Amino acid sequence: MAKEFELNEVEVWDGNYAASQALRQAQIDVVAAYPITPSTPIVEGYGAYVANGYVDGEFVMVESEHGAMSGCVGAAAAGGRVATATSSQGFALMVEVLYQASGMRLPIVLTVVNRALASPLNVRGDHSDMYLGRDSGWIQLDAYNPQEAYDLTLCAFRIGEHLDVRLPVMVHQDGFTTSHKAQNVTPLKDDVAYKFVGDYVPVNDMLDFSRPVTHGAQTEEDWHFEHKAKQHKALMDSRTVIDEVLAEFKELTGREYKRVETYYMEDAEVALVVLGSSVETAVIAAEELRAEGIKAGIVSPRCFRPFPYDLVRDALDVPSLKAVCCMDKSAPGGAMGALFNEISAAAYTTESRPLITNYIYGLGGRDFSIEEAKRIFKEQKAHADAGHITTPIQQFSGVRGPKLGFFETRRG
Amino acid sequence: MSTGVLGTEKRGIRELGAEEKVGWDEVTRGVVLDSFEGDATDIVHKKAEERNYSDFNSYTATVASWRIIKPVYNRDICIDCQNCWVWCPDTSIISRDKQMLGIDYDHCKGCGVCVEVCPTNPKSLLMYSEATDNDEALAGWPQKEKKEKK
Repeated sequence: MAKEFELNEVEVWDGNYAASQALRQAQIDVVAAYPITPSTPIVEGYGAYVANGYVDGEFVMVESEHGAMSGCVGAAAAGGRVATATSSQGFALMVEVLYQASGMRLPIVLTVVNRALASPLNVRGDHSDMYLGRDSGWIQLDAYNPQEAYDLTLCAFRIGEHLDVRLPVMVHQDGFTTSHKAQNVTPLKDDVAYKFVGDYVPVNDMLDFSRPVTHGAQTEEDWHFEHKAKQHKALMDSRTVIDEVLAEFKELTGREYKRVETYYMEDAEVALVVLGSSVETAVIAAEELRAEGIKAGIVSPRCFRPFPYDLVRDALDVPSLKAVCCMDKSAPGGAMGALFNEISAAAYTTESRPLITNYIYGLGGRDFSIEEAKRIFKEQKAHADAGHITTPIQQFSGVRGPKLGFFETRRG
Repeated sequence: MSTGVLGTEKRGIRELGAEEKVGWDEVTRGVVLDSFEGDATDIVHKKAEERNYSDFNSYTATVASWRIIKPVYNRDICIDCQNCWVWCPDTSIISRDKQMLGIDYDHCKGCGVCVEVCPTNPKSLLMYSEATDNDEALAGWPQKEKKEKK
């Protein structure tokens, strides 16, 4: 039996430590991992817990992140509770196997510490790796601070392992701004946390010798489409289970999470849509602007996948809402930002049909300040007052050099 | 249909892809396929022809349609050394109680490894084009090669 880890009612943890404590409390059977900044301390922590008897599990050292996720797939197919962590280039190297894990319906938990993708090489936080995973068939939850990284990692096991779901789950946090930022975290006691997560229930496990199964079959044009359709439906349907698990977590801890978080949206005239640690920055900016009489609000799709088309639409269908700016912290590679595209698509079928613009910001860890958030809110207010978009639809925030913008509105 | 070890009631009874097609709501979750029908505890102790393979086990499918050359087996020369059985990558050499019985043409891909590792002189396995009749091949089997004296 694993030893109990004595915890204070309030601990001072950074996001990495918070995530590794959640992995320990969930009593993971196998972690196959390869280190990469800034996520290394998560798996390093798990390794220490194994070595010191705080968890009954196996730490598997592998030769790469491709090997790490492959090891996780094997261990999960064998019937174990499995997790690992990665960032950036490591995430990119895992991508091939991420699709295997979701297609094989293995409820692996991947704690991702978001970091920019090379080139140029960069270890700081942006959302390039998180965006890279958005078509991989994983559930993606986004934590904005260390407490949330801890809470959502515990929830991730419940969601992914639910018998109606059986899908892998990523829990994202921002590199350095969350992963290395020590804050007060209120953890659960070991037995309470484990009871919430529950015993692992194996499904189609390869170690069941009474029922040998084939995992990883090949399908061509005659079968592939049906399997992918079933997988997509499972991901879409997981919305209900995510809501249930988050509600249960609130009952246990008093901490409330939703697939789409909204702040001050009831009477908002202008809004920002942001992800990650920028949400807290935007909330402070909105509070300051409200003191100045600008009705600012924030929408954040905490559940990035399955994309909460339903709740985003609810959040934006506010009669007072006139202008929305979607903030993408990832180089869009010749397109509008992904958040812009997806939020716009959801907003298109609302009554309010707000004006929507796009900012690319914070690449490679470029700071996003309260002042800049306020400036962008005020720009939305100018769009709202004019009744049309007064700037290029896509702009860049915080980049040096001549102003960069793409596409003009045809409304107005 | 022949019976016994070489031709069982289950092996290679259908073409790959001939299985009944069902919709997305009926396919298995995660493309997980059962190897056997029913409880398979201790099935490892049963011989292949006694096992209750499922329709999604390749045992019941013929997966050799793309073979263009095939090994032909000559019982008269074989010494039952089991080299081919050990090396075959598709478990397509059928041997029982250390006696070589023949080739499983429903699963053999025609790679030729068995011929390569056969130690007899002449070889007990030789590759022929898929269209060659096995009896013809056996009738024209090469003679023992004499070592040239130096």
